[in-house]
Amino acid sequence: MVMKHSEVMEQARANEPWRGFDGAKWKKNVDVNDFIERNITPYEGNDRFLAGPTDNTSQLWGAISELLYQERQKGGVLDIDVNTVSSITSHAPGYIDKEKETIVGLQTDAPLRRAVQPYGGIRMAADACEAYGYKLPEEMERLFTEIRKTHNQGVFDAYTTEMRAARKAGIVTGLPDAYGRGRIIGDYRRVALYGVDRLIAGKKEEQLQLEVDAMTEDVIRLREELSEQIRSLQELKKMAASYGFDISAPATNAKEAIQWLYFGYLAAIKEQNGAAMSLGRVSSFLDIYIERDLAEGALTEEQAQELVDHFVMKLRIVKFLRTPDYNELFSGDPTWVTEAIGGMGLNGKTRVTKNSFRFLHTLYNLGPAPEPNLTVLWSAQLPENFKLYCARVSAETSSIQYESDDLMRPHFGDDYGIACCVSAMRIGKQMQFFGARANLAKALLYAINGGVDEKLGIQVGPMIAPIRSAILDYDEVVARFEIVQEWLAKLYMNTLNVIHYMHDKYCYERVEMALHDRDILRTMACGIAGLSVAADSLSAIKHAKVRPIRDERGLAVDFLIEGEYPQYGNNDDRVDSIAVDLVEGFMNKLRKHQAYRNALPTMSVLTITSNVVYGKKTGTTPDGRKAGEPFAPGANPMHGRDRKGALASLASVAKLPYTSSLDGISNTFSIVPKALGKDKDARFSNLASLLDGYTLSGGHHLNVNVFDREHLLDAMEHPEKYPQLTIRVSGYAVNFNKLTKEQQLDVINRTFHGAI
Amino acid sequence: MLGRIHSIDTFGTVDGPGIRFVLFMQGCALQCQFCHNPDTWDTSIGRQATVDDIIAEIEPYVTYYRSSGGGITVTGGEPTLQAPFVAELFKRVKERFGLHTALDSSGFCEPRNGEELMKHTDLVLLDLKQMNEKKHTALTSQSNERILRFAAFLSEREKAVWIRHVLIPGVTDEYEDLAALGRFIGGMNSVERIELLPYHRMGVYKWQQLGREYPLEGVPTPTEQEVARARSIIDQAREQAK
Repeated sequence: MVMKHSEVMEQARANEPWRGFDGAKWKKNVDVNDFIERNITPYEGNDRFLAGPTDNTSQLWGAISELLYQERQKGGVLDIDVNTVSSITSHAPGYIDKEKETIVGLQTDAPLRRAVQPYGGIRMAADACEAYGYKLPEEMERLFTEIRKTHNQGVFDAYTTEMRAARKAGIVTGLPDAYGRGRIIGDYRRVALYGVDRLIAGKKEEQLQLEVDAMTEDVIRLREELSEQIRSLQELKKMAASYGFDISAPATNAKEAIQWLYFGYLAAIKEQNGAAMSLGRVSSFLDIYIERDLAEGALTEEQAQELVDHFVMKLRIVKFLRTPDYNELFSGDPTWVTEAIGGMGLNGKTRVTKNSFRFLHTLYNLGPAPEPNLTVLWSAQLPENFKLYCARVSAETSSIQYESDDLMRPHFGDDYGIACCVSAMRIGKQMQFFGARANLAKALLYAINGGVDEKLGIQVGPMIAPIRSAILDYDEVVARFEIVQEWLAKLYMNTLNVIHYMHDKYCYERVEMALHDRDILRTMACGIAGLSVAADSLSAIKHAKVRPIRDERGLAVDFLIEGEYPQYGNNDDRVDSIAVDLVEGFMNKLRKHQAYRNALPTMSVLTITSNVVYGKKTGTTPDGRKAGEPFAPGANPMHGRDRKGALASLASVAKLPYTSSLDGISNTFSIVPKALGKDKDARFSNLASLLDGYTLSGGHHLNVNVFDREHLLDAMEHPEKYPQLTIRVSGYAVNFNKLTKEQQLDVINRTFHGAI
Repeated sequence: MLGRIHSIDTFGTVDGPGIRFVLFMQGCALQCQFCHNPDTWDTSIGRQATVDDIIAEIEPYVTYYRSSGGGITVTGGEPTLQAPFVAELFKRVKERFGLHTALDSSGFCEPRNGEELMKHTDLVLLDLKQMNEKKHTALTSQSNERILRFAAFLSEREKAVWIRHVLIPGVTDEYEDLAALGRFIGGMNSVERIELLPYHRMGVYKWQQLGREYPLEGVPTPTEQEVARARSIIDQAREQAK
């Protein structure tokens, strides 16, 4: 049949990817934020428009739940493809149930089958296989030890004696020197908005601009990286084609937009086993496509929710092959598929859309889950309906975290995402070098013990005179502590420089960086652990009498405290000011040192679940904490020491200066449901008020858990009753059943506000 | 003026409307067998604080209390034992912050001693524990005569009151006692709410810490049906008495 000219034109218009979209700037140059600002439909209404799960959704989630159950039964890993080195194109297409999936794509050819990603370190891959009853082929081990070097080997080739000792003693821990560093967010939205061909053309143009007079090391490296980026984009197209999609051109509707975007993300996780592989800020971007389809009558609300549910299902089953001792640091098999939701635009309009609700609504349609790591960018200006809905979801699922948009927006604009837990970065314009953390509590013990490690009994820190007095003198301790921190900051920065030099060299994130601008801001994201222990220890030394008890080696291994001392977590400036000084002081010491690739040094107060491991590796501290006992997570006060209720505890943490801790300040808050209010409505509105208040007082991050301790104790005894019990820990969420027994107890022993 | 303080909670949501600053006073004249804070009984211990000290403790959180429609609640222990201190505190809270004030009391207070305090109190959370005088004495060590007079005093002044009653199976849940409670409330003016608090055992460990024998050992917490039954008895008797 021959079509009339007008019909041909109409069909062409119907397939025109940018039909109905406003703006010119984003069309000329890659500028996703301009596209969002010009086309977003802010939503101020309530949650009544939301749709439940379709039959297909329920059946797919049923199938995944069954697989997740089998995975738990098998000890945490369902299957490993040991024979294939993972790359963007390494595996044949995989499906859960092809007929029912509206969004497709898996990391390997089958759901929950984990891939081998050896570029970070072959040891990690081999040990992980072994721990779960698999064996890496000898040929592959040989390939990545004798023929192709890995990041891990590179780092240890360059580490100094001092760095090795510091690592062993645990004064710095969790360093990404044996695994992928992660914490880089590709702007996966670019794949949907522009199509891959346009992105390749852009990268080629960028490379052409680099045909400059002097071929310096920087230029050579960047030119090589751009070539790798272009290659990875071509592989991305090929991978999508294997699923039957041509993504060289922009997406033409909502389903394609989600699919294109997901392919971009999928390529990243096939290539990199990074510690945190975050998604960015996609929900309100995708809303623009959904709104257009709804207006055109091409999509119903049920179908829109189904697309989101299916996409989120995929994000829930992102899996990496990791060793059990990695799990000690970052417990519960986390992947940090962090999605930032909501926030405000710089133009004063909210970035909350209907799709912000749809993403949160997956926690009902599919039940609670730790991933994706749903992060609400909270502002006092958010629409009230959205605030109340968030509070309700928190109170009913304990699956979301909050970060202050009012605090971050002035630093990062209105199109930033969160990498991992609390690290804000402009999407496609900024990346970080993940730096784990230094142990401030142990550093304080070094100050007392003359740089000798209290556990190993060997000289690790600077050789200064140990303190010999019968009672610790505050000024003397502070003076020595300064020296130790100066040493630590320098050693720490140098260690990170080695790590990231090698990671760029041997384990470069090709496709993630292809979805960035060429010239970006890099931060060297340092961190501290044991803040509350160090602050309380100094407060005890200052306000009470602390008598060290020394062993035969002369090391202070215990402390007698006479009298009371003010403790961090009670909004008491006598000690909170010490915590503030520690944060500012250590940040200033880090700033003195040159960072790799001219990165900007930043710092976080975040432990993830390593507060347990750090505690294990640290001796008794002058605050009364016994050797081996866990630290408080992140910036939290020590368990049970915040005695004036939730607001006083939050107020202490909110004093920590964000400008000295731009990589985030994590606070995990647990409260029993009854303590939030007598009835549901009161609970939701009280929680929303609490979040408003914390934001207004300058607080950065809050994990919100709402449950009873008895509930968790029961879950320890009967895990089978709680397959989806999700709790928030430092900066992310985990399935409670996947925590080690030690970590479960640590969570249970923490302060539950409102528990009598 | 100094008050004896047991502790504070900056985030109270169950003792009055909204988010509240809750001040626990030290010292109580009753010795209720079900008390979950027996550590607040002793009148000779506790931190001594001035009204200014407490005002300074409230100040950082006023925006939370204001925006949520909350305020301050003074409880204990028995706050009316230190009525002049609480009166001064409430007066200052009103002047300084304009916040809502609530007094959580057993009512064991000579009405004339509560005159000044009531001038500055917006809401009284009044615990009526047992209407039967004998049983009341057995349960709390004191007669309920003064408590009922205090309740009448509040009623005369048309002071907003939330009645609270702890429901203890076998101790405070007999039909006749609940009906008597309902009738008594029915005769009161300006009772805005009746809160039935199911007895719980979460304070037992404090009795153990204090080396006291827990008198309600073996008493169960009431079921939801038992709470619903008690509510309907009280409501019915209240209606008939109006």
